[in-house]
Amino acid sequence: MAANPGTPVGLNPNGRRARNAKAKRDATEARLAPLSPPEGPVWAADARAEALERVRAMGLPARSDEYWRYTDPSTLTGQGAPSAAPLGGDEGQVFGEVDALRIVFVDGVFDPGASGDLTVEGVEIARLADAADIHWARGLYGALEAAGQDPVDRPLAAFNTAFATDGVLIRATGRAARPIHLVYRHEDATSDAVLHHVVRVEEGAEVTVLETGPAAARFNKCLEVDVADRAAFHHVRAQGRDHDRRAATAMFARLGAEATYKSFTLTVNGVLTRNEHVVELSGDDAVAHVAGAAVGDGATGRFHHDDTVFVTHDAERCESRQVFKKVLRNGARGVFQGKILVREGAQKTDGYQISQSLLLDDDSQFLAKPELEIYADDVVCSHGSTSGAIDGTALFYLRSRGVPAEDAADLLTLAFLAEALEEIDDDALAADLRDRLAEWLTRRR
Amino acid sequence: MDGADPIEVREGVDRETVEQVAALAGAYKHGWETDVEMEFAPKGLNEDIVRLISEKNGEPEWMLDWRLEAFRKWREMDEPDWSMVRYPPIDYQDQYYYARPKSMEVKPKSLDEVDPELLRTYEKLGIPLKEQAILAGVEGAADANRKVAVDAVFDSVSVGTTFKEELAKAGVIFCSISEALRDHPELVKKYLGSVIPQADNFFACLNSAVFSDGSFVYIPEGVRCPMELSTYFRINAENTGQFERTLIIAEKGSYVSYLEGCTAPQRDTHQLHAACVEIVALEDAEVKYSTVQNWYPGDEEGRGGIYNFVTKRADCRGDRSKVMWTQVETGSAVTWKYPSCILRGDDSQGEFYSIAIANNAQQADTGTKMIHLGRNTKSRIVSKGISAGRAQNTYRGQVSMHPKAAEARNYTQCDSLLIGGKCGAHTVPYIEIRNNSARVEHEATTSKVDDDQLFYCRQRGMDEEEAVALVVNGFCKEVLQALPMEFAMEAQQLVAISLEGSVG
Repeated sequence: MAANPGTPVGLNPNGRRARNAKAKRDATEARLAPLSPPEGPVWAADARAEALERVRAMGLPARSDEYWRYTDPSTLTGQGAPSAAPLGGDEGQVFGEVDALRIVFVDGVFDPGASGDLTVEGVEIARLADAADIHWARGLYGALEAAGQDPVDRPLAAFNTAFATDGVLIRATGRAARPIHLVYRHEDATSDAVLHHVVRVEEGAEVTVLETGPAAARFNKCLEVDVADRAAFHHVRAQGRDHDRRAATAMFARLGAEATYKSFTLTVNGVLTRNEHVVELSGDDAVAHVAGAAVGDGATGRFHHDDTVFVTHDAERCESRQVFKKVLRNGARGVFQGKILVREGAQKTDGYQISQSLLLDDDSQFLAKPELEIYADDVVCSHGSTSGAIDGTALFYLRSRGVPAEDAADLLTLAFLAEALEEIDDDALAADLRDRLAEWLTRRR
Repeated sequence: MDGADPIEVREGVDRETVEQVAALAGAYKHGWETDVEMEFAPKGLNEDIVRLISEKNGEPEWMLDWRLEAFRKWREMDEPDWSMVRYPPIDYQDQYYYARPKSMEVKPKSLDEVDPELLRTYEKLGIPLKEQAILAGVEGAADANRKVAVDAVFDSVSVGTTFKEELAKAGVIFCSISEALRDHPELVKKYLGSVIPQADNFFACLNSAVFSDGSFVYIPEGVRCPMELSTYFRINAENTGQFERTLIIAEKGSYVSYLEGCTAPQRDTHQLHAACVEIVALEDAEVKYSTVQNWYPGDEEGRGGIYNFVTKRADCRGDRSKVMWTQVETGSAVTWKYPSCILRGDDSQGEFYSIAIANNAQQADTGTKMIHLGRNTKSRIVSKGISAGRAQNTYRGQVSMHPKAAEARNYTQCDSLLIGGKCGAHTVPYIEIRNNSARVEHEATTSKVDDDQLFYCRQRGMDEEEAVALVVNGFCKEVLQALPMEFAMEAQQLVAISLEGSVG
């Protein structure tokens, strides 16, 4: 080797990879330098210290990372939030009719005046910032996030565990009497919010968590959900429609035997959204459905929406579904990175994944990487991905029946999104979101 | 297969399929060596070795400069780490980059002058270097007058090319790339590296620096190549990498079908193979490129076998041009290969048909890229992966619709079959759509059998198993039929496999 030291064996010290790694280390240290861990219970301090080590070891995401191939993370990782004007208006009204416990955060800060008493029958609720030193969330906070770092690094989530200023700790011990509605208001144009929630659904228990609102100019949110055997967790979220807001959210779920996990997200606008979902089916016969509908109009700012989903089957006879639909116009960009990993021995797995986009004009883009990784031989896994414009024949049919062109296009767009909305079990919630979508379409004409 | 079958098979998987796959791995037919005196360049890689290879081939100055430029770029590059294949670090200094039989020191003027031992090698492989009507071993060929011209590459050199004169009458140039550099330097200079630039990727860059031989094909305007062309690659020498470079140029309105085959001796050590194939298709030209890759796959424990890192790319430069890749990948310890099409011309078409079989400790990461640049371009991808033993088989593909590729179409279908619970089957598609009139459909399903077809068959009185067998068989044939007949026979023997009870 000595004769020719410049020739690569393994990692090339002169190569781009080595340069990228160094740049990433430097950028991460620069970002972390001015930060100090927030206050809170002792157990959170330990979990935060470990999370900080994870961030250091991984480095914050960079465009050169394969997992950020289609989304530029620089404004999510940089120092300070890029300015975003709050849209105000009717944001608070989503699920306004639903009888729920509302817990309100304004720019990431808990608003006791606007929130209800933190009591719901069948549920224990506390806030991360003032949780007791002896608490059920001890040992759980950051644990699912840490487990979700393998096999793909998710440094923004580890960053969240290390620096979340607050969050809600929800433990369902029975059937929750009403949903818990986390309302995120955005008022400050430069707010940079980091929230971390933990949900534990005990054996046989059931709870619904709703999330609405734009939250902040930049929002980093992590939600860890531990669903015990035969327990059920429902999640419906409407990410606020502020045009310039940025969000990086991560959900980490672990499911016990016969557990149910259902999550749906509606995204309307937002200059940059990265929604990660990491689900591990670790008990037999568990069911996980993850769905999303995103509508974006690039002309109102820019619109970049990224759904990154990783479902791991590690038990027998589990079912997973991923259904993601996007409607894109005026240079909007939609990204889907979905994966089904079936581990050795996870026989009789039923895995399904579909990602589709409707491109309403020539400038919009859809970038997808739907993956399967399978190590068991008795499984049914399928995935599909399609992209295209509105079907001209269907449009013609509706017009020939007297439906005006714009109405016909809206109708077909809503029909396209319907498959994702059908993943919501609660009809009232689904109807509310369908109305939002119809409004969006009308507003955009 | 004896009675003590160690493979556990779940219900529904055809026993015959399992045995065929096992038989494939059990006996590698081409694992013998040819004992001829060889001449090696010194071990290792540096600028002097690059100069030496160029000198041995008697190349013009510009070619040497091009190689040296590639070598300098390569030293700054990283070995790719994104594929789902794992192997210990390769020491690029612990290889020979040039090996040729001593008898080839003075290039034989005709096949009669070639060392009989070398000719026997090809005969034993079923590729006699004689100008005969058809390849030996192909029985029942429908048309006894079918001819196939062969270029035989042995380690670093081309041993000989058949039917050269007959092809020349039609204006077709078919020779080794070293001869092309001597006789048609202007063509090589114009097209070499124009499809795969030097620094395209680590392995292509290495190839650009050290490629030793390979085939050159030029089909003039309007000519339908009068016979099928083929190149047969044989690695023989130990610790020697093979780096061939193939360049195919199809002028306006021309047509050629090209076949490629490869084998290597059975050894305990791994051997490196990093090839490049460049295809240029001009207006209305059509190129069919078919491969049966049967390099030594290593033994059951994963000892030995070829590391196969190949860059193949076609540039459909002209309007209405068409390139079709068909591959049957059964060999190699590690396969890293993505035959691709750049669909530049309007209305151009790319097709990719692949069957990849990985057994024992084999790892295959293979697929295609379809880059749609021109209007109304079309591509079709059909990929079947079969894994057995502890093998890992990955389909990796990219479909990219650029903003100007209006009305472009792609259809992708990937199916995988796992035999036994210790292997893996993976699908990694990249789908990039940048205009809304492009239509892309990607499917990877386990229900390999189309329900409608199944229903139709059952309605006609077939039982379920019969119906499945019929439909699956028909689908597998779709890939096999894409192969020219000579290869279809070989491939069928390799792949006579039913895909019943498969998993995706």
